[in-house]
Amino acid sequence: MAQDSQELAHKVQLPAQGGVVRALVLTGFGINCEEEIAAAYRLAGAQATIVHLNQVLHGAVSIHDFDVLTFPGGFSFGDDLGSGVVLANKLRYRQTGPGGRTLLDDIKQFIADGKFVLGICNGFQVLVKLGLLPNLGGDVTPEVTLTHNASGRYEDRWVRLRVHPRTATPFLKGLDVLEVPVRHGEGRLVVPDAAARRALEAGGFNCLSYIDAAGDGTSEYPHNPNGADLNCAGLTDPTGQVFGLMPHPEAFLSAFNHPDWARRRRQNPAAPDEGAGLQIFKNIVEHIAQKHSVLAN
Amino acid sequence: MILTDLEPITHTIQLTLKPGQHDGDGHRVAAAAARHLGLATGRVRTAARYTVRYGALGTAQLHAFATRCLADPVLHDVTLNEAVAPVPGFAAYILVARGPGVTDDEGTSAQNALADFLNEPLDTHTQHIFSKRLYLLENDLPAADLRRLAEELLGNKMINRFEVGRVADGIRDYTPRPGGGAEAVTETISLDGLSDGALVQLSKDNIYALNLEEMRAVRDYYGAPATQAARRAQGLPADPTDCELEIIAQTWSEHCKHKEFSAIINYKDLATGEEKQIDSLFKTYIKDATAEVDRQLRANGNDWLIKVFSDNAGAVRINPESLFVWKVETHNSPSAIDPYGGAITGILGNNRDPLATGIGGARLLFNTNVLCFGNPAYDGPLLTGQLHPRRILEGVRKGIEDGGNKSGVPTVNGAIVFDDRYRGKPLVYCGTGAVMPMQFAGLDSWEKKIDAGDRIVMAGGRVGKDGIHGATFSSIELDESAPATAVQIGSPITQKLAMDFLLLAARRGLLKCSTDNGAGGLSSSVGELAGISGGAVVELEKVPLKYPGLRPWEIFVSESQERFTLVVEPGKMAELMALGQEMEVELTDIGHFTADGSLDVNFDGQPVARLALEFLHDGVPRKTLEAAYEKPVATEPEIPALADYTATLRQLLGALNICSREAVIRQYDHEVKGRTIVKPLMGATGQAPQDAAVVRFNFESWEGVAVSNGILPRYGDLDAYQMSAGSFDEAVRQIIAVGGKLPNLSPGDNIFWSVNDNFCVPDSVYDPAINPDGKQKLAKLVQMCEALRDATAAYCIPLTSGKDSMKNDFKADGVKISVPPTVLYSMTAKMEDVRRAITSDFKQAGDVIYLLGETYDELGGSEFYALHGELGALVPRVRFAAAKELYVLVGQANDQHLIQSCHDLSDGGLAVALAEATFGYGCGASVELPASGLGLAAQLFAESHSRFVATVAPEDVAAFEKLLAGRATRLGTVTDDGRLTVRHADQTVIGAPTNELRHSWSNGPVNQLLGVDELAGFGETAGH
Repeated sequence: MAQDSQELAHKVQLPAQGGVVRALVLTGFGINCEEEIAAAYRLAGAQATIVHLNQVLHGAVSIHDFDVLTFPGGFSFGDDLGSGVVLANKLRYRQTGPGGRTLLDDIKQFIADGKFVLGICNGFQVLVKLGLLPNLGGDVTPEVTLTHNASGRYEDRWVRLRVHPRTATPFLKGLDVLEVPVRHGEGRLVVPDAAARRALEAGGFNCLSYIDAAGDGTSEYPHNPNGADLNCAGLTDPTGQVFGLMPHPEAFLSAFNHPDWARRRRQNPAAPDEGAGLQIFKNIVEHIAQKHSVLAN
Repeated sequence: MILTDLEPITHTIQLTLKPGQHDGDGHRVAAAAARHLGLATGRVRTAARYTVRYGALGTAQLHAFATRCLADPVLHDVTLNEAVAPVPGFAAYILVARGPGVTDDEGTSAQNALADFLNEPLDTHTQHIFSKRLYLLENDLPAADLRRLAEELLGNKMINRFEVGRVADGIRDYTPRPGGGAEAVTETISLDGLSDGALVQLSKDNIYALNLEEMRAVRDYYGAPATQAARRAQGLPADPTDCELEIIAQTWSEHCKHKEFSAIINYKDLATGEEKQIDSLFKTYIKDATAEVDRQLRANGNDWLIKVFSDNAGAVRINPESLFVWKVETHNSPSAIDPYGGAITGILGNNRDPLATGIGGARLLFNTNVLCFGNPAYDGPLLTGQLHPRRILEGVRKGIEDGGNKSGVPTVNGAIVFDDRYRGKPLVYCGTGAVMPMQFAGLDSWEKKIDAGDRIVMAGGRVGKDGIHGATFSSIELDESAPATAVQIGSPITQKLAMDFLLLAARRGLLKCSTDNGAGGLSSSVGELAGISGGAVVELEKVPLKYPGLRPWEIFVSESQERFTLVVEPGKMAELMALGQEMEVELTDIGHFTADGSLDVNFDGQPVARLALEFLHDGVPRKTLEAAYEKPVATEPEIPALADYTATLRQLLGALNICSREAVIRQYDHEVKGRTIVKPLMGATGQAPQDAAVVRFNFESWEGVAVSNGILPRYGDLDAYQMSAGSFDEAVRQIIAVGGKLPNLSPGDNIFWSVNDNFCVPDSVYDPAINPDGKQKLAKLVQMCEALRDATAAYCIPLTSGKDSMKNDFKADGVKISVPPTVLYSMTAKMEDVRRAITSDFKQAGDVIYLLGETYDELGGSEFYALHGELGALVPRVRFAAAKELYVLVGQANDQHLIQSCHDLSDGGLAVALAEATFGYGCGASVELPASGLGLAAQLFAESHSRFVATVAPEDVAAFEKLLAGRATRLGTVTDDGRLTVRHADQTVIGAPTNELRHSWSNGPVNQLLGVDELAGFGETAGH
């Protein structure tokens, strides 16, 4: 049930090829950003395969044939019961194999194998509700949550983010400030206790912060669009392999996605057509490709 | 506190926010109650409740489900079958539940979660978990106030059930119990010998919406000896069955048959005495006009017009590989009585049109919405059944948010028009663009082919009583007795699953063709498709229901949402059904197509309807209507000239029809899919309004489409022809402003344009008693259509699809509120390279500012006059030849990279356009108006058509002036002082900091109503 079925048949039957980075992009049940995420991986040089979640749950596709697993944005199950809740529930409880094995068990194995997981917007919400983020305790139990914006409303607006200097995740390598759109109604990170806040901060696991015009982290609307604790827009787990964020880097694949592109092109006609959001995908693809080449040698 | 409920196997789970957690919903309810209803609620706490009716579940299982699946461990406390946890200090409660049979997506998602949790098969297709919301109020409000709060703020009594009272008296619960009652029986209804009066009464009682002549035609058909003989031979009763009459009523409804646009019209101009007869507005002004445009296009090697007027949406060719599919619809009547449900089913229903064009399976690219409301600050009386304009606005806005956002389709632009005549019936226009490959599995994607023997498969949602009589209901005036079954709530997730399925099924070659189930339900979709093969047989007992208790005719005409009718070759059924199962989309084989000329509907093997397709599709009597035109008397007002118009400009920027819509726009996702290049608001500030959206088709090429909407209803009070012509021109010039080009300028240039016309008019059928000015209204409609024909010919732009909504009146308590005659032109045009798009905002100090086009003494109908409570007389006129010449020149200037910004002039004229162009970056502008013969007010505020404000870099000025010779007036320069200064005859006539002007615009009434000022509790969240 890949969006492009022929492509899937072709890809899945191929034995793993050295050097080729294989990105799995899940879809179905209301996920709706799968096409632009697949485009992002392709533009970054990876093979991207869009697969309906049921194909994974029913065993037709194995996540272990891929290097990076991606949960795109959207409204899985309509955000009913809270965004990401029903999808996370399916991954945690729906039995996919003998002995009560679930897809969450496979994802834990996938991470233990040194592979990567990315969740954007609704995908980030799924990872948080599953407890894969921030996973400070290492036991994949929900420790924080994402809930209704302080404004009580869904909003689409561009924000500026600062990358935490102590973050170790390869997704954000070399990045400092990032401009991206947020498009959510439930993006307010709630960290329930001070100890968790300290642990996040100490490890740089709160890897992205909303910043104001002066470049400082802010709780002020609209620069911080949802009132998140720690002004936090994204999290990693302690390994850095699992990364999730509320904003949409895949919505900034071309420079012409930015709301101020026309004036910027005027000022810098030689600027590349590429959008700054692509760098996150290039980072992870390059990181995995390097790992592959080390293994191959 | 004891929760009373009679069912022993019913369990109720309640989620309450943990102490200290921010209750944003509660804050907003308290604030809105104070602001809109004048009710002091005190603090409000909210809770979610789920009533579970799965018989075999034990309490322990349910408790585990509630704590592990429904509750967020960070946010919620859980109770199961317990009294509401006593929260100290809350005196009153409101419980909001859904009525029987109303879509409950939240409950259904809980069912899916339960099935995953238990790893057991569970019936998730019918409702077993019912979601509700409980509001606890600090203040001990009387029951009447609680009920008012419930009905006006928290829900709609057409779809919700409320329980209210004092917490101390115990909280009453309500759980719907849909269905029951009717058995699956079919009755006959005798028309034989009925008098004219009895026929009309029968039509009214059963909401057939058929007039006397049509009822007579039905009676005569059944009375004809040939029909009688045939029915005897087939074992059918002599009298029509209820199902047959319902099928005829749906098929012949104005909504489906466009009887007034197909009527013969006798037109008389009362001033000149000139008379003419029009043989169908549709044929004369729309179909034939487009055929002429197509002839000109093809003569010039432009053969991109693929499918017009004959399917769910129009199709044009983008390139040899793909088609662009475009449809705009209205959903006015449902939005009047249930704004949220009306709008969400409007947008989801309109999505199904391009999805089910040709074979089906187009990929949706974007949505656009144009909305017409009464003033949200209206403080006059409301008629029985009439909702306040503010509620309609908020409900419609939310419906579009959920319908678009949850489907993953960006809402890339739109418009909101305010006029108090829309306070009875709002207009809700929903548009959707999509892309379809030219071929699916080797077959032309846009073709609908059906052969006898092909299977009929219903896909998607199930059938309930919701939406029965939608097609006929929208074909009559709205009154206080609007049927509750006409209301329905959409389920975006159900449609998203069906959409994902349809895309894949088409690409795998499993579909022969498809159509959507909209107005008229299966009756309409199967009835229309049967016309292709020549007949169909439907086995109604196979249709899956949401709940029992529907009669066969109800199943056949129900408009329950999110359904497609698929046509499948028998040999492909197995693969199709397997794909549906894998993607969790319910598919049901409900019959097959035939070629015997009749539509057969059976239930449990017994015939419930058999109708000859010829009679069904061609038997409706043609209407003859009368139109008579009398030019309205209008005079120009005397408005004293001012030396300084700065205050006037500020007032205009804050006027209801000009001010910023940012609070609405930002609640729509306008960039999901990552392809939106020109968004509604742009610039470094994100507050520069744009003229048209630009969207690229994919990530592999830079080809894209520009999207615009033209609508100017207030000009119609002066001149319906010029209103329609001006609306058309507005949409064209918006596309030119963003860098689009007119079609057919050179041989084979392949610049497609695809336009949908949408007429929404008041009842225009003359009746001396109930519609005495019907002839004048119809005459206006004729003039609007004439302007449309002239515009398509002038610009060589074809129409590809459209809609007419003919009964936009609200009647109650002996009063009728009619919309002004309104037409919306929704335009799309190919952009060869979206990187060459132009935005409206000034970009750099030193750039030279030009006015392109000519200003006339045309303040009639302007926002400037409206500010003074005047209408005036001199309405803006479209000069097609001059406009086209200018648009060609602007296109050439863009080809030479000469234009840095371009903004079309519309509401508020030049002054407003200049101000808006500074909003993107806070630039200033220094402008000197020319010494023309025109008065200063007209220069600043006239809304003459076909004009732009454009800026040009200093180094390009010579080339630009040479190219635009005579059409561009040099006004001044962009400055870096952050001030807008307009001078005329050595005097400063406007002078203000541009950030203050932006403040006037962005703090106008729309953002005040819906904006971020109600950010209750922001401080509270910062505290934990």
